[in-house]
Amino acid sequence: MAVRALTRGFRYSRAATVASPCGGHHYVTAPSVKPPQPQADDVTEKILNQPLEKPDFFRVAELFSLKDLFDARVHLGHKKGCRHRLMEPYLYGCRLDHDIIDLDQTMEHLQLALNFTAHIAYRGGIILFVSRRRQFGHLVETTAKDCGEYAHTRYWQGGLLTNANIQYGPGVRLPDLIIFLSTLNNVFQQHVGIRDAAKMNIPTVGVVDSNCNPSLVTYPVPGNDDTPAAVELYCRLFKMTINRAKDRRKQMELLHGLSAPTSQTSRYALK
Amino acid sequence: MAASCVRTVGSFLGKCTKCSSSINTVATQVLLSRQVCVSSALCRKNLAAAGPEKFTLEYIQKQVEEYEIGKRHLANMMGEDSENFTQEDIDKSIAYLFPSSLFEKRARPLMKHPDEIFPKQRAVQWGADGRPFHFLFYTGKQSYYSLMHDLYGKILKIEKHQDRLRAKGLFSQDAQLISLGPSRWLTKEELELLLVETISTHDYDRFIKLMERMLAMPYSSTEEEFVQRYRRQLEAQSMKQMMPPLEKDENGVAFSTAEGRRKTSDSSVILRDCGSGHITINGQDYLQYFPVLQDREQLMFPLQFMGVLGRFNLECTVSGGGRSSQAGALRLAISRALLSFLSEGDGEAMRQAGLLTPDPRVRERKKPGQEGARRKFTWKKR
Repeated sequence: MAVRALTRGFRYSRAATVASPCGGHHYVTAPSVKPPQPQADDVTEKILNQPLEKPDFFRVAELFSLKDLFDARVHLGHKKGCRHRLMEPYLYGCRLDHDIIDLDQTMEHLQLALNFTAHIAYRGGIILFVSRRRQFGHLVETTAKDCGEYAHTRYWQGGLLTNANIQYGPGVRLPDLIIFLSTLNNVFQQHVGIRDAAKMNIPTVGVVDSNCNPSLVTYPVPGNDDTPAAVELYCRLFKMTINRAKDRRKQMELLHGLSAPTSQTSRYALK
Repeated sequence: MAASCVRTVGSFLGKCTKCSSSINTVATQVLLSRQVCVSSALCRKNLAAAGPEKFTLEYIQKQVEEYEIGKRHLANMMGEDSENFTQEDIDKSIAYLFPSSLFEKRARPLMKHPDEIFPKQRAVQWGADGRPFHFLFYTGKQSYYSLMHDLYGKILKIEKHQDRLRAKGLFSQDAQLISLGPSRWLTKEELELLLVETISTHDYDRFIKLMERMLAMPYSSTEEEFVQRYRRQLEAQSMKQMMPPLEKDENGVAFSTAEGRRKTSDSSVILRDCGSGHITINGQDYLQYFPVLQDREQLMFPLQFMGVLGRFNLECTVSGGGRSSQAGALRLAISRALLSFLSEGDGEAMRQAGLLTPDPRVRERKKPGQEGARRKFTWKKR
């Protein structure tokens, strides 16, 4: 995202001077500075556009199968009484009062979500893992640390996203994607982060169980969020996609000669 | 009194002309003369909302450079070697060049390294591309939560270790309990200083509880080094008694000297192990110097408490104060001198009895608007 903005800036600097009055002060950009490396501009464009040509450029569909989901008990929902009205399209059925989530739909949604995550990671976006379940807090934080991304499994302070400039300091960069391993907080209400991300135009990926509201989540993944096996599976999948996407990015940059080739090329073979 | 700042429309428009060049120049010249009043409420900044003053890295670096240059100038001024000019030398030079008789030491002129003056602040938390450095940055309290994360990780590691030992059959309940010695947990303020961020009481309690939980596990001695980082050693509860040394004079008689103070009296006592029980104060006999029984009782109490009444000879000098305070000063001096003749247990018994504690009570000053230290003037209804 930042690279995109940088390339746009390069283009528009050749235009006429733009003055922006803010609070009575004047800021005027310098007239037509030629960018030092016009090749870098094109190469970056190529690197960014190439993954968009194929539907599953990062081959995330290979990472999991329906059997893996079934073995990890992803299809087990809550009891009929806890069912959310908006989750009914995602349910396969109800057996002895227990809701069963349709794993075919889960497969599609999970593939879309992983693909989107991979693209965000490829472009160097900030990914934030959120979960308010105490059981899995440590696991989620470790996953985020291993990917090189960020996690938030603690009490969500009100203005974290909406009041970021005052909470963190001016010029902070907000996450480009938020992944919810569980969309509910400890009192079984929808996590505040979903609504805040929607307010700040941040896309979300969320594992929605049969008692959750999937409406505000950009890429809902209907599935179980209570079983340790299921959550470990999700963490493993997200970690693998993000690492894969980042390695792919490094490979592309080396391939197009953007950064100096080092002896580590062999290490970045696809895992 | 409401001070309203008057801005002319001209100044507003002058700034806007460049951005929108479509404004008719004729119209602007007509409008330039009208005055627009803007109240100062719009201009006033909310000073409280900005928080404590933040210093940029460049500013602090500039201060450090100025400090180094100033140190060299000061050394040249005092005629000292500018290479080996220590902080103590700086303090002495400043005290010499700027003598101040202010009571508050912190209000006196000061020249210290900027790191000690400016409070520690957090550097910018993210890199050039905007990505934060710490993986828990978006929680708001990254140091505290990362500490909790590490602590929980250590608990899990210990549990795994225990499981492995149990599988091998080598697990024993009473093995290697962690030994911390006389130490206490870090206080909330000290933890805040360590983490360079504010934490609430609730957070601090949770941290201590989690630490205690880890210490309660059998094999926690592996993490001792980590735990010791968050504990402070307690100072020794009872200071070693300062015993006056036991000397021998030319006749081979053991004696010891001690001093004592009470209110404004100072006393000095030489205790000789003669066996006669003779007491001299300022050259006079004690019966003559202290006609009152109460004062003589004060003198005898340490010897009577230890049961050595007839054993020692006392040669005392005392000055200042009144009758009772002189007696108290002498009593303290005798008790101190007695320490060198007695065992540790007896010395502890004396300390418990309060014989070795100097009495801190002094005369309270009279305050203005009152008759005395506490007594107020008579209250008259009308």
